[in-house]
Amino acid sequence: MNPLTIILVIVVLLVVYAIVIYNGLVTLKNRVDNGWAQIDTQLQRRYDLIPNLIETVKGYAKHESEVFEKVTAARAGMANATTVGEKAEADNALSGTLKTLFAVAEAYPDLRANENFKELQVELTNTENKISFARQFYNDTVARLNIAIQKFPRNIIAGMFNFKECEYFKTDSQEVRTAPKVSF
Amino acid sequence: MFQAIAKNKFRTTMIVAMIFVFFAAIIYFISYFLLEMGNIAVVYGVLIAFIMSFGAYWNSHKIVLKMHKARPATPEQDAKLRNILEGLCIAAGTPVPALYVMEDPALNAFATGRNPNNAVICVTTGLLNNLDYYQLEGVVAHELAHIKNYDILLQTVAGIMIGAAIIASQMATRMMFWGGGRNRNSRNSKGGGAEIIIFAIGIIFIILAPIAGQLLKMSLSRNREFLADATAAEFTRNPEGLASALEAIGGSSIPLKNASNATEGMYIATPKSELGGRKSSNLFSTHPPINKRVEALRNLR
Repeated sequence: MNPLTIILVIVVLLVVYAIVIYNGLVTLKNRVDNGWAQIDTQLQRRYDLIPNLIETVKGYAKHESEVFEKVTAARAGMANATTVGEKAEADNALSGTLKTLFAVAEAYPDLRANENFKELQVELTNTENKISFARQFYNDTVARLNIAIQKFPRNIIAGMFNFKECEYFKTDSQEVRTAPKVSF
Repeated sequence: MFQAIAKNKFRTTMIVAMIFVFFAAIIYFISYFLLEMGNIAVVYGVLIAFIMSFGAYWNSHKIVLKMHKARPATPEQDAKLRNILEGLCIAAGTPVPALYVMEDPALNAFATGRNPNNAVICVTTGLLNNLDYYQLEGVVAHELAHIKNYDILLQTVAGIMIGAAIIASQMATRMMFWGGGRNRNSRNSKGGGAEIIIFAIGIIFIILAPIAGQLLKMSLSRNREFLADATAAEFTRNPEGLASALEAIGGSSIPLKNASNATEGMYIATPKSELGGRKSSNLFSTHPPINKRVEALRNLR
């Protein structure tokens, strides 16, 4: 074998290796995008439920206008948020104000007995639950992508093709679901 | 996790292929030696194995649901269950499987199907009525883990194939008992020494098939139960939910009405038999003992 052939073989192997790494990164990036879409769907779902909720509560508790304003403002903040970090922040703010709203509702027995209100409460709880699951899935995929981008030699390929680390969807909620350590 | 699943998927395919060959071989031996079909027996063996496995692949979940007289879950009646499942599917990143409910006071659940796109989860009404939200979430997560890990493919296809192999070999053993002698004589006059050896192997194969099948089935499912428990904890981030659900299931002594040997590997825990319950530490049990699973779950943190 002459030196030229050897060099050629090495170059071909390197190119194949680079392609494999590149494809792996594309897969990870798509999973992150998919995870983000899941969060977005649930955030949108909650966004759509809120006007209905406010209308229902208003029917029984007209004087709590301060709470309504806060929820409406937080909801507007949600609409204006664009980046992951902003959305996470807006999400936390909205969760907080919704909790206040439900706490206020406790003082109105007629409201609590309202079928529509009960349904909305269940719907919102379920959506909150789904948001936390979607966040968990998203953050896990982001972790996988970020690790892949940071590690040698994948960081070289990632740098060449401009793969960027993604932002985590952070939460300040009390009941953070932490990943258990799994070992066999 | 994704890599572990890819590995599991590959292993499942290999095992299904092995079972296929195993099954084809049994049919071959039966039709060659006992039905005296000659070399065409190979064709019969492969053909029957093909039909069986494809039938199992496409229809097993329908058969299983029919067998258990399960009804589809309705959005009104089973809203809680639906919501739990939808949330977990987001966490698992899988499509939402079809949801069925079995009218049965026993505490049990199973998953079936062939891949995450064609999967079914079925729970008993006993489970719905006796477990709290987080326990139910744990159980549904465990079943979803079986779907995501491709255990359901193995369970249904392999279960049906092995079951059929066992029936076929039992039939063959009986036939040998009644008419085997005559067959051997007629064959000796035609064939040479090699044929006797193959004949001997065939007989051993047929006799051992039920035991081998049973061993294969249980070795497959035991480790997968632990894996599914761990995966479930990864989905819910709450191992305690499943752990306490398992304790509740283990503590209940109500027998499952439609339980049968063929389907026992699919349940979340070995169904109690009508005759008064089997020991879960049984050598041929398809599930690890419940206390071991609870312990493993509680050690996750």
